[in-house]
Amino acid sequence: MELDTGAKEVLDHHYPSTLESVDLAEGEILKAAEHTGFDEDDRHRIGMAVRECMVNAVVHGNRYNRNKRVHVRVSVGVSFTIRITDQGEGFEVQEVPDPLHDTNLLRHSGRGLFLMGAFMDDMKVCKVSPAGTEVTLVKNIGPKES
Amino acid sequence: MSVKLNTRQVGDVTVIDVSGRITLGEGSSALRDALRELVAKGNKKILLNLGDVSYIDSSGIGELVSGFTTVANQGGTLKLLSLTKRVKDLLQITKLYTVFDVHEDEAHAIRSFA
Repeated sequence: MELDTGAKEVLDHHYPSTLESVDLAEGEILKAAEHTGFDEDDRHRIGMAVRECMVNAVVHGNRYNRNKRVHVRVSVGVSFTIRITDQGEGFEVQEVPDPLHDTNLLRHSGRGLFLMGAFMDDMKVCKVSPAGTEVTLVKNIGPKES
Repeated sequence: MSVKLNTRQVGDVTVIDVSGRITLGEGSSALRDALRELVAKGNKKILLNLGDVSYIDSSGIGELVSGFTTVANQGGTLKLLSLTKRVKDLLQITKLYTVFDVHEDEAHAIRSFA
């Protein structure tokens, strides 16, 4: 994932750890995506990735803790980059079961991270100090490759 | 728009017409409750009409899978009807499209339970 040095930040907001924040963040980011010029299909994919990421941050990261916030930033440059940071205990990405494996297909949960990766062009998960997880979701801007 | 469920009987098949969004919270729990209630009442042939579902997230997918296994564990069958392109795409990329018996036509779907 390359550093987008000329990017302009278009959203920087801290949300409480509630399910209402999932809708609010999705709505704000979709507005920015529309302003950036993404078509309806791309906005749908971005919205789904954001929803999955926000749910993870609120439910699994911050565990609905009212004293914890979810930090959401969006920057637009050569790409549309979303960073969503929680204040949870973190997790090891490599320990998340593969939802496409035959033994996991009928599991109730565990598809969120996979869907984020499927709907975006790039995704990165890293731990932040002193505690928490930051997920970076990237959608490329410009003509689609044929 | 949140989820709306309407249940009707076609012969011995129970059809649930679902509309709106199946997402974490009210949407997915409403579907879970409806399926559990039907299974508890002994309904074994359930057709889930998703033709008017505009949006489904991973929690909604989880409820479809749970419903599928709950009905199957009681000796019943849950099938899907009229997937929108986006829901179909979602089930394909999660490799669930081949797990479910999916139909485009209601009459054909009803007959398939026989």
